[in-house]
Amino acid sequence: MPESTLLRVDDLALHYQTRRGVVRAVDGVSFELRRNEALVVLGESGCGKSSLAKLLMRVLPRNIHHTGGRIMLGDTELGTLSDERFRREVQWSRMAMVMQASMNALNPVVKVGQQVAEPLRVLRGWSRGRALARAAEVFTLVGISTDFMTRYPFELSGGMRQRAVLAMALVAEPELVILDEPTSALDVLTQASIMNALKRVKHELGTSFILITHDVATSSELADRVALMYAGQLVEVADAGDFFGEPAHPYSRMLMASVPRLRQRQRPESIPGQPPSLFDPPGGCRFAERCPHRFAPCARDPESIRIGERRRVRCWLFDDDRRDHGGRAEGGAS
Amino acid sequence: MTTIQDPGRGTGRESASLLTVSDLHTWFELRQWGFLRAGAVHAVDGVTFALARGEAVAFVGESGCGKSSLARTLLGLHRPTQGEVRFDGRSLAELDARELKAYRAKVGYVQQDPYGALPPFLDVRRILAEPLIIHGVKDRDEREQRIRAALEEVRLSPADEYLGKFPHMLSGGQQQRVVIARALILAPAMIIADEPVSMLDASVRVEILNLLRGIQAKRELTLAFITHDLSTVRHFAERIFVMYAGRVVESAPVDDLLDHPQHPYTQALLAAIADPDAANASRQREVPAGEPPSLLNPPAACRFHPRCPHFMAGLCDAEDPPDFEPRRRHLSACWLHR
Repeated sequence: MPESTLLRVDDLALHYQTRRGVVRAVDGVSFELRRNEALVVLGESGCGKSSLAKLLMRVLPRNIHHTGGRIMLGDTELGTLSDERFRREVQWSRMAMVMQASMNALNPVVKVGQQVAEPLRVLRGWSRGRALARAAEVFTLVGISTDFMTRYPFELSGGMRQRAVLAMALVAEPELVILDEPTSALDVLTQASIMNALKRVKHELGTSFILITHDVATSSELADRVALMYAGQLVEVADAGDFFGEPAHPYSRMLMASVPRLRQRQRPESIPGQPPSLFDPPGGCRFAERCPHRFAPCARDPESIRIGERRRVRCWLFDDDRRDHGGRAEGGAS
Repeated sequence: MTTIQDPGRGTGRESASLLTVSDLHTWFELRQWGFLRAGAVHAVDGVTFALARGEAVAFVGESGCGKSSLARTLLGLHRPTQGEVRFDGRSLAELDARELKAYRAKVGYVQQDPYGALPPFLDVRRILAEPLIIHGVKDRDEREQRIRAALEEVRLSPADEYLGKFPHMLSGGQQQRVVIARALILAPAMIIADEPVSMLDASVRVEILNLLRGIQAKRELTLAFITHDLSTVRHFAERIFVMYAGRVVESAPVDDLLDHPQHPYTQALLAAIADPDAANASRQREVPAGEPPSLLNPPAACRFHPRCPHFMAGLCDAEDPPDFEPRRRHLSACWLHR
């Protein structure tokens, strides 16, 4: 693995066992993340993006039917670590996560500063004073006044609590921070200032990020790379400029066309139909049913096709041999 | 306080107002130990406007700006502390219980969270029958016919496929269609939609907004659409009201407001919204410091003055700015326009 690569994920799978059957929430996901890079995992609700994050962080529910694949963080293959070693050596110190709505999960009876300093005291055995001093630095970095360190969570606004949770994830200086919908419950201005803080952290600490979100516009505030997820699979992985400028996969294009834009008069267009059920995903391309470019080859599961150096698309339209049989890709990358 | 004499000013359709709101205040009193007065939350604090028949407007603001309290006051769920709401020429305060019930049939309500708004143990047929039963449609066949028509109107067709379903068997988008059908079934003159799509996925949002706007245009309904999302309003409303801390700070036709925002708060709000663009990642966005004020004890005079980049001491913190009209049909409550 090249020096610049921080995380490499191969053929990851996570299937849940439920009363109604097996849910294939993550189904063959591969990607790479470089150091100091921000990868956005974009997708609509139920596409498996949060399951992907939980699988990376090993915070899984009990009803697992099957997990598979390989996760390399630097030179460590995470699958080989016992839960105990993973907890001690990886969680918080190398890889931290801000979960969805975690600003509401702060301990209500412990002062915010203590909570933010806790990972250092537990993992590194730092003294209270030393841990608090470090926590104060991180508070400033994410844009909360250190006065708030002695307050309780209920005394903080939602935006402040979200920053505190972010500070907690950053306090042990992990190489990678996973953020699951970090701003979705917040107001526009608060959201913008938290995205500002994330950009600052990325620049100053050199942290890598995986940002999981359904919000296309906000995702562009941090993204170096974008991975678009649909029905448990990544349908396109590309540099942010390519993805936002010239989305390739038909779903990417339709998703981008459905995003309302403040500064354009063009009317957004909805995507007809619904994502397939993950209980029994259709054979072949999972987007085929909603796809305007559907043609014969779509009955078979598309391979991940490489376009240029930095883009992969899971669509037969980009396979030269097959495309000549039927449909054509219009626009997009070719 | 706003000082407008004619609440219809700026609509361009003064004569055809369906709903007129003047100097509306909705305060929620707080009590300590159940009886000591401990102040009031000034949720709506001096709002004046008029909506024409068949007009689609949006109220935009951040959480806690009073937009939902305004909606609930318009629905007759909260009694105004001061000021009045007139619908079709009559003040809500004058209506007796029977008339208030008739008023509620004329104003449909689309809630934010479709799943929470639908009773889980009733099927779609029963959910849609409920308002008809309450409002005295006794004939079973007529009810059935109206229910089917409403489902067709929100494009849940064939209706037979949905009538027997329970809310949890429907997708979020379909649930919201049922909520809309329920709001339409009594043939209202006005619809109030409180964040109708904020719980839905991006690709479904546009579909639901298009549906609402289509029905509104076809039935010539007045549509008041409450949202925090400025990026969708251009296509789904004709006029925007921007609210901050219980007040309307700016109102104008959609394009004029989005292209030429006048009030510093609106300007800040627009600057904070991203359009998808890879260049966003490499620049910091300008965001005014601080947070919206507590409505329990809002700042004196202009509510935005503690965060405003154009703050003028002795004016903005001393006197309420009136509504100026810096552009045609474009009102902004800011001393900068004086």
